[in-house]
Amino acid sequence: MTTKGKVTGIVSNLVTVLCDGPVSQNEICYIATGGTRLMAEVIKVNGANASVQVFESTRGVKNGDEVEFTQKMLEVSLGPGLLSSCYDGLQNDLTTMTGVFLKRGEYTAALDANKKWAFTPIAKEGDTVSAADWLGEVKEGWLPHKIMVPFSFEGTYTVKTLAAEGEYTINDTIATLLAQDGTEHTVTMSQKWPVKVAIKCYKEKPRPERIMETGVRVIDTLNPIAEGGTGFIPGPFGCGKTVLQHAIAKQGDADVIVMAACGERANEVVEIFTEFPELIDPHTGRHLMERTTIICNTSNMPVAAREASVYTAMTICEYYRAMGLKVLLLADSTSRWAQALREMSNRMEELPGADAFPVDLSSIISNFYARSGMVILNNGARGSVTFIGTVSPAGGNLKEPVTESTKKAARCFYALEQNRADKKRYPAVNPIDSYSKYLEYPEIVEYLDNAIEQGWVEKVNKAKNIIRKGKDAADQINILGDDGVPMSYHEMFWKSELLDFVILQQDAFDAIDSLCPLGRQKYMLGKVLDLCDRKYSFDDYEQCGKGFKEMINILRQMNYSEFQSQQFKNYETELEKLLEQYGR
Amino acid sequence: MAGKLYQKTYTQLGAITKATVVLNAPGASNDELAVVQNRLAQVVKTKGDAVTLQVFAGTEHIPTDAEVTFLGEPPTIKVSDALAGRFFDAYGHAIDGGPEVEGEVRQIGGPSVNPYKRKQPSEIIPTGIAGIDLNNTLVSGQKIPFFADPDQPYNNVMAQVALRADVDKIILGGMGLTNDDYLYFRHEFENAGALDKIICFINTTEQPPVERLLIPDMALTAAEYFAVEKNEKVLVLLTDMTLYADALSIVSNRMDQIPSKDSMPGSLYSDLAKIYEKAVQLPDGGSITIIAVTTLNDGDITHAIPDNTGYITEGQLFLRADADSGKVIVDPFRSLSRLKQLVQGKKTREDHSQVMNASVRLYADAQNAKTKMENGFDLSDYDLRCLDYAKAYATELLAVDVNLGLDEMLDTAWTLFGKYFTKAETGIKQNLIDKYWRGN
Repeated sequence: MTTKGKVTGIVSNLVTVLCDGPVSQNEICYIATGGTRLMAEVIKVNGANASVQVFESTRGVKNGDEVEFTQKMLEVSLGPGLLSSCYDGLQNDLTTMTGVFLKRGEYTAALDANKKWAFTPIAKEGDTVSAADWLGEVKEGWLPHKIMVPFSFEGTYTVKTLAAEGEYTINDTIATLLAQDGTEHTVTMSQKWPVKVAIKCYKEKPRPERIMETGVRVIDTLNPIAEGGTGFIPGPFGCGKTVLQHAIAKQGDADVIVMAACGERANEVVEIFTEFPELIDPHTGRHLMERTTIICNTSNMPVAAREASVYTAMTICEYYRAMGLKVLLLADSTSRWAQALREMSNRMEELPGADAFPVDLSSIISNFYARSGMVILNNGARGSVTFIGTVSPAGGNLKEPVTESTKKAARCFYALEQNRADKKRYPAVNPIDSYSKYLEYPEIVEYLDNAIEQGWVEKVNKAKNIIRKGKDAADQINILGDDGVPMSYHEMFWKSELLDFVILQQDAFDAIDSLCPLGRQKYMLGKVLDLCDRKYSFDDYEQCGKGFKEMINILRQMNYSEFQSQQFKNYETELEKLLEQYGR
Repeated sequence: MAGKLYQKTYTQLGAITKATVVLNAPGASNDELAVVQNRLAQVVKTKGDAVTLQVFAGTEHIPTDAEVTFLGEPPTIKVSDALAGRFFDAYGHAIDGGPEVEGEVRQIGGPSVNPYKRKQPSEIIPTGIAGIDLNNTLVSGQKIPFFADPDQPYNNVMAQVALRADVDKIILGGMGLTNDDYLYFRHEFENAGALDKIICFINTTEQPPVERLLIPDMALTAAEYFAVEKNEKVLVLLTDMTLYADALSIVSNRMDQIPSKDSMPGSLYSDLAKIYEKAVQLPDGGSITIIAVTTLNDGDITHAIPDNTGYITEGQLFLRADADSGKVIVDPFRSLSRLKQLVQGKKTREDHSQVMNASVRLYADAQNAKTKMENGFDLSDYDLRCLDYAKAYATELLAVDVNLGLDEMLDTAWTLFGKYFTKAETGIKQNLIDKYWRGN
């Protein structure tokens, strides 16, 4: 028998319910009010009183309204058809909703129950299988979408029957499995999973050992993120967080990309809807939308569903990882999620931590980041979830709880800087403060030695050092004046500018420069470091500045040209001529 | 709002604070309105039978035996074409001496537009001010605030922008306006002969601060009527959102909520987003554009109110007094319109974005030259030309009293380039130089 209850108190979207039976933490319930049913989640239980956060506006809810508990946690549907979809934070399909306005209490199915998928079996009758083992696959666009033993199945099973090759809907039975106790279980192409529980049906989770190419030089070259790694991008408003994330989404070397727009502007999501179906994925030549799922809880949508949205997104990522795919999760912005936690904690009158955030903020964030990672599946295949989140620090000050907690959890840090944004040096990632812990992993260093070139990490560190020295030189020049420092200071400064303009800066809106594969990054870094190693014979600082500006101009034109094209080579020749003029 | 049969009346208040009263009233629903001794109030919390009411007009002289009547519904407004040309208070009552407006009753603060049903904004809203049109082009469906110190003429600039903008309706939501500013808006709108397309919801400093909380929702519900039903282009002006946020913090404080940064409620971001995200380009051609004012304390944008606003809105327009030209200008460095690239060069002349970038970059060079001068270093010929250019640029383009068409602005910029710089110094693409260069 299901537990029922009655509303006894309301503060904004926090409702207290007097229950007539057992309830569990994080259980989903529905509040019946004014002819609609509002979904809510239990977040605290005190005796027979449950505090629930409502995923909708609570306008008109009255004390005494009936509540029905479901005995289930917040779940998502997993199956073919997730890609190219656009969901709200609770996995309602936004595209099938009627009317211009979101209607309270309108819940739509996440997966199309009528669509037929061409199924090919992988397992055989008589096989012994366990949770997440592949039974067959369907083609979802170009992607081989594995149909798996549901993650909730414990122990081992014998495949009794398996559907033959053919067309099936997600609700058709495609297999019957025999448990060891002799009971029979049917399997369809879709399954449900509670979002707050990590999917752990894999053999092991080793340390990451290779990097994920993003096509963004300031990430790949200077501070690469590992496949299965974690990173975060903090920055004040107007510094280009969203543009940088969209750039990664457009070029990231992943099979599946899930974008969680968490508490941000609706027009930014509209931009994805408008552009992604047109843009081409450089790795497969298919439309970007075909590999993208959007989870969208914009800032004006109900606050409680914001928290759900990031978990929904992560669960979908883990599902595709279990198929042996490379998945990239981008969440913009995790600060809004933290603020949603703060609002609830505040309404529950919990004692606050720093800046009124809940005291367990740090552990909530690190648990979430820990769900990403590269895994070896039971059948030996590899899959990964790489996670990059943005953080919107209040007042642009990085000494605030969300940034600090995230810094403890994420291994890559890409600090966006107001000063660089003001100077229009995009992406405005500060080259000195940012870091990637993965550069310290011997596995990654070895991987880069093989994948790019021997001694690559040394080269990267050398480049970073040039930037650091350039900054010191610039400070000295500012204090002592152009005439007050030796020529070497001017050269040092301009070498760092050369790196800045040619490697760090990248035009996200240019068709060619926006996508920079690793091979090209290697070539250009080599070129620039070579220029930094040379000796120059400038007459004075004005000529030094002029000379470097000319070099920068030519190298930037190279960035805008097709790699190794005639035009590219012409610029290279032009550069050689220029160097003869200033060389020593 | 009064006079329904099933209303229950209570006469026993349990607690009274400056903004709220608490009483035992079983069956009250969340967000419902009530009348406490002739003052409008709204349910903000229930706990068992105890109901907390936020009294908009404040609780001065409310006795513990005050008569409380529940109205059974949240705040509403009657919408119809008859709203046009009228002035209302925060409750939607006429304050211009005219009759009350009849129309369909709508709850304010209604649901959001499904993001999937939105269209990408793509129409320019010309204002005649070069600091906006040229550098930070406004697009219909955008939401953008003026960030200004209290001594800046932001209300004048906003009135000017509204009257020049090519829109079907202008809806003013005035929160904590001084009576003088209210009369100024009224006078400006009357003088421009634009009254038939203007609707005002006004809360002045003479009225209780908590009433302000109703203003944005009133204005935006009216805006949604015209944008959704009539497919009109609606411009909503909200001034001053800082005073709105202050009223939020008063209420949250009286309800004993734990404040977050700068004594603001922890929900400030969501509260502001709910308002600003009403800006929308609808599929059938209607749109709501929001221009707001957020007053700053001595230019401090790290305060919680401008900071949260900046994360929500699509850019910001900074006003500042410019010493070189002696005028108020739209600061080209700190201002930003995030949607400008959706129209620049697409709906405007091809040279727009290059001219904009070049003129701002050269203005930045002038700032460097100025620093050099202040630090006592020698100025080069280029530095001197930059300084002259900066003065002309501020006077002829950035000043808010300039009123030009976009093509005229571009031509003016080309004239300045020709006067002070060589072609190469502008760094503009050669094909545009060939076509538009003025001078030698």
